[in-house]
Amino acid sequence: MEASASAITGGRSILERSPLARLPDRVLRWGLTGLAALILVIIGYFFVRLIGQSKDAVSQFGLNFLFGNDWDPAHGIFRAAPMLVGTLITSTIALLIGVPVAVAAAVFINELCPQRLRGILAVLVDLLAAVPSVVYGLWGVFVLIPKLLPVEKWFASTFSFIPWFGGGTVTGPNYFIAGLILAIMIVPIVSAIAREVIATVPAADKEAALALGATRWEMIRIAVLPYSRSGIVGGAMLGMGRALGETIAVLVVIGDAPVIGQHLFNQGYTLASVIAAEFGEAANVHVYSSALFACGLVLFVLTLVVNILARRFVVRGAHGRRGTGAAGLTVADAAAEAA
Amino acid sequence: MTTTALPELSARRRVTDRVMRSTLVAGFILALVPLILVLYFLIKHGLGTWTSGFFTSDPTGSFFGNPGGIRSAVLGSLEIVGLATVVTVPVGIAVALYLTEYGRNGRFANVIRYFVDVMTGVPSIMFGLFIYIALVIAHVGGGFTGWKGAVAIGLLMLPIVIRSAEVVLLLVPSSLREAALALGAPRWRVIARVILPTALPGIMTGSLLAVARGMGETAPLLFTVSTATVLTANLGDQMNTLPVQIYNDITSPRQAIVNQAWGAALALVALILILNLIARAVARRSAMT
Repeated sequence: MEASASAITGGRSILERSPLARLPDRVLRWGLTGLAALILVIIGYFFVRLIGQSKDAVSQFGLNFLFGNDWDPAHGIFRAAPMLVGTLITSTIALLIGVPVAVAAAVFINELCPQRLRGILAVLVDLLAAVPSVVYGLWGVFVLIPKLLPVEKWFASTFSFIPWFGGGTVTGPNYFIAGLILAIMIVPIVSAIAREVIATVPAADKEAALALGATRWEMIRIAVLPYSRSGIVGGAMLGMGRALGETIAVLVVIGDAPVIGQHLFNQGYTLASVIAAEFGEAANVHVYSSALFACGLVLFVLTLVVNILARRFVVRGAHGRRGTGAAGLTVADAAAEAA
Repeated sequence: MTTTALPELSARRRVTDRVMRSTLVAGFILALVPLILVLYFLIKHGLGTWTSGFFTSDPTGSFFGNPGGIRSAVLGSLEIVGLATVVTVPVGIAVALYLTEYGRNGRFANVIRYFVDVMTGVPSIMFGLFIYIALVIAHVGGGFTGWKGAVAIGLLMLPIVIRSAEVVLLLVPSSLREAALALGAPRWRVIARVILPTALPGIMTGSLLAVARGMGETAPLLFTVSTATVLTANLGDQMNTLPVQIYNDITSPRQAIVNQAWGAALALVALILILNLIARAVARRSAMT
């Protein structure tokens, strides 16, 4: 029967399309595949170019580029430890302040607030991410810094016995202010992911806890938090990735001093902000701009590592005991949206 | 039949519950305080600068006299983000279509998915730096130009568009796909006539959120478009943009220029909030149908 059908139309089944009619399908398929592949090519190309541009600074200063504490453009010396340390300090402050607040907000929205309010409250927290970083910077410079300076001064003198908390001059722009602004900026990301993860906690787990006589908080502690811990850790790390690379908001409130500050309330610098602040004047000095590109390379690798680890945690948290792809997708998607 | 009452909660457990619940509420309120404060100060300092000339004159850039308005910044921002959107959204949808319709769970598709995810985590300054290296230093079609800013902003928006479009495309019921294919429609027709129209509202929501995100980015523009004060519609020139103007104004010691920054910031935030609201309205409508 097959043979006779193909015989009628000259070697092709009557149900088959003519080669010409199949062409658009082929074109579409390979066109789309090509576009997708293009993304990989672009990422790869940029990475290679970035390495190429930073080679000179790295070969001149070697490992000292990362660990030497001496950034002196006037004398052509570029060792970026102050920036690396500043990046790590401000991100750590952001995590310490931002993550507890974000997780508390997520737990409140998902487990405590009335069902009707849930959507609108979640949108409000998400709106924190809609404010551009330059606006946070503006607000930080003209509101946060002057308003907090007396508090910081009091704090630094009262608690100066704690290492790194005081015992020196308190400057307006400092690590703490930068960390605080970063904390505000990571709250929506961490909170969105925490909410997604908490939503995957099986109702049976929660009901079981309540049925055994647990109070609301005990239910949250024994059913909700352990189940979503891995995802929350991942969310916190995605927030850290964001904090590491934030540029403008930090640039205007950290003081732009290429030294390692004595304590929390001293001026400093970060990898991202030094690039944005100095690339203009570095444009005509080869080693200088190469050093800035090397800062970019360090930042790029740092955020890549943090993001890759974070995604592992988030996906594991979401797949956890469910084993389906659906939850993983929604969480990764929330991450993408929040970022 | 008698019912046995549950033993009462011990005081310790009751107090712990109260305290922890209040802590969670406090955390939530604390999260919203910055949003309220930022909006409050934006309106307080910004609204006063919104005189009639603010949107119809350009910043003078001079230290003395009238600081001018923000016309060139608004035009530059709209043009650059517009160009980025026109290029990025179709490409993003195309890649998402590849992932859902052709690649599915194949190895190549998963590699793409992974790198798109990684791209969402790359700091915005890196996109600026990449274009700076690849196009500005290399002097491709001039030094700092508007279209290079659009490329940087577009690259930043791309992963957001892809991820959101993919999620929506996956929600299109496979029964629709299969019905169309069973009627003999070729794949490209199924995509153009069935899948895309069904997913359109969701794709629009994701794209609008990506546009809102691109609108507020400063660092990528700093490295690619640089800065200007004069009004120009030419994407081949250096252009003024809202975020970069705010950034420049912040560093000014002059109060009138700082006020200009507040006014520009209020305009920028209003624009982004409107985009967000439209996006959510579109999403709500599609959820109801």
